[in-house]
Amino acid sequence: MSHPSPPLPRIRERAWGDTAFRVTLTVLALTVPLLMLALVTEVGASAWPAIKRFGFSFLVTSAWDPVAEVYGAAPMIFGTLMSSFLALLVAVPLALGASIFLTEFAPDRVRRFVGGLIDLLAAIPSVVYGLWGIFVLIPLLREYAVPPLRAVLGWTPFFQGQFYGNSMLAAGLILSVMILPYIASVSREVLLAVPNSQREAALALGATRWETVWTAVLPYGRAGLVGAVVLGLGRALGETMAVTMVIGNRHDLSVSVLEPGYTMAAIIANEFREATTNLYLSALFEIGFVLFVVTVIVNASARLLVWRVARGSAVGSRAL
Amino acid sequence: MTAATVIAAILAVLPLALIFGDLILKGASSINLDFFIKNPVAAGQSGGGVANAIMGTVIIVGLASLIGLPVGIGAGIYLAEYGSGRMGWIVRFVADVLNGTPSIVVGIFVWTWMVRPLGGFSALAGAVALATLMVPMVTRTTEDIVRLVPESLREAALALGYARWRASLLVVVRTALPGIVTGALLGVARVAGETAPLLFTALGNLHFKTNIFEPMQTLSLQIYVYATGPFDEWHRLAWGSALVLIGIVLLFSLAARYVTRARYGRG
Repeated sequence: MSHPSPPLPRIRERAWGDTAFRVTLTVLALTVPLLMLALVTEVGASAWPAIKRFGFSFLVTSAWDPVAEVYGAAPMIFGTLMSSFLALLVAVPLALGASIFLTEFAPDRVRRFVGGLIDLLAAIPSVVYGLWGIFVLIPLLREYAVPPLRAVLGWTPFFQGQFYGNSMLAAGLILSVMILPYIASVSREVLLAVPNSQREAALALGATRWETVWTAVLPYGRAGLVGAVVLGLGRALGETMAVTMVIGNRHDLSVSVLEPGYTMAAIIANEFREATTNLYLSALFEIGFVLFVVTVIVNASARLLVWRVARGSAVGSRAL
Repeated sequence: MTAATVIAAILAVLPLALIFGDLILKGASSINLDFFIKNPVAAGQSGGGVANAIMGTVIIVGLASLIGLPVGIGAGIYLAEYGSGRMGWIVRFVADVLNGTPSIVVGIFVWTWMVRPLGGFSALAGAVALATLMVPMVTRTTEDIVRLVPESLREAALALGYARWRASLLVVVRTALPGIVTGALLGVARVAGETAPLLFTALGNLHFKTNIFEPMQTLSLQIYVYATGPFDEWHRLAWGSALVLIGIVLLFSLAARYVTRARYGRG
């Protein structure tokens, strides 16, 4: 005895269901590019009055005078680059060193556990980093880090001036902790994607384990590791809250890391609501637009670099 | 040199220990019943709590999920199922670009969209900003996980006479469901702590509000205002809020891990 089979739906009915399913999904998927289009046109259009008025000089002059209606973004652009560079200076050796240890020397268990802990840094909200920066990091710097730095390097232009607490140094250090998990997680995946035959070949030639890493593993993963660093740079450029809370928000341009500075993201966070005139607002939109364009370029190049090593696998999308 | 890499690993974990240590040390002491059920008192006075901010966080993040998750999950399923053509490439590329966009830029974008034309800040605008951040993230995680479902499952369903859409929804998507839930929970965890996109949308509010067309406070905004303010009492509340906020974020992150692990075992 065979069970009676359920009646099959008619073909026309099925085709209708398929069409409805596909159309629904397509509409939802189209939302993504439409959002992007809206973002570019809205922010671009709002920035247009400032672009028209100041042209290229907006990017290279440093006047910021809402009363006289003259705006130049040079100090903010400089501050963004400087704080991001400081962050990379600290984060890259730590992230790469930790990733090399975890993938090449540590047992599997340690790799998962410590790797998970480092990833956890990415889960901490930016504003909490800022809070910690104000009440823990800055007092620590004032007490223990700035006096010795001044004693040893005080003669260089980078450690001149009064240290008030809020400074480029504090911003760079906070940023370095914030981007560390991104660089570490991508470079870990890149190193894991290096084929074992590379390591075995070097070991067979008599290399020590460190020589193996240095001569066989790192060169193989080089493009991906550079990609990981560039991805970290992309994060640092656009980071807002923590930086706004510790950088001091001053319009001057100074190479000393002990002095306060400003970044592009921070000036938007700080002055957007105070912007009383249309041109003032437009200048802030132009800063946002420039920031957007720069991060798009940086992120796109990072992705290309990582793809070259770990083709196909979704490296980097796992970072919390 | 091997020793240097060990030191790097230790130094990389050190900030985590320091931050959590301080959060617990300074945060736990300011958390009591009042903290959860009272609203902020006038500046400079002691006492009060952050009930308004906790409620606001729940409302804004909930609303953002309501808007962002269906779009993100739908777009992700689209990419996995029909995403091999040119449109798939565009959606994927744009999602990656949006993922890397600074959240403050998303904030001023939503301001031009929802605050400027409507003439006022609102919790709804804040939720739209958070949803905008959530969509590209959820899109990519959903796609990745739906792609992992073996094609043979779909073929088996089609061979049994299922229509394509039923096979997609009831077999492929259902198999990938724990992974999709994980991606969604991670998306929620990521935006729950966001502050920058809310500065010019939800704005913040010292009063307890549940009307989504009015400005509303969140824990993240509260931490920003209190941490940068002059009063010790505010700093105390900021640390407490930070501990609660990180608790919420970690809860969602851990839940995300648990959902995947329960289904697929370790890993």
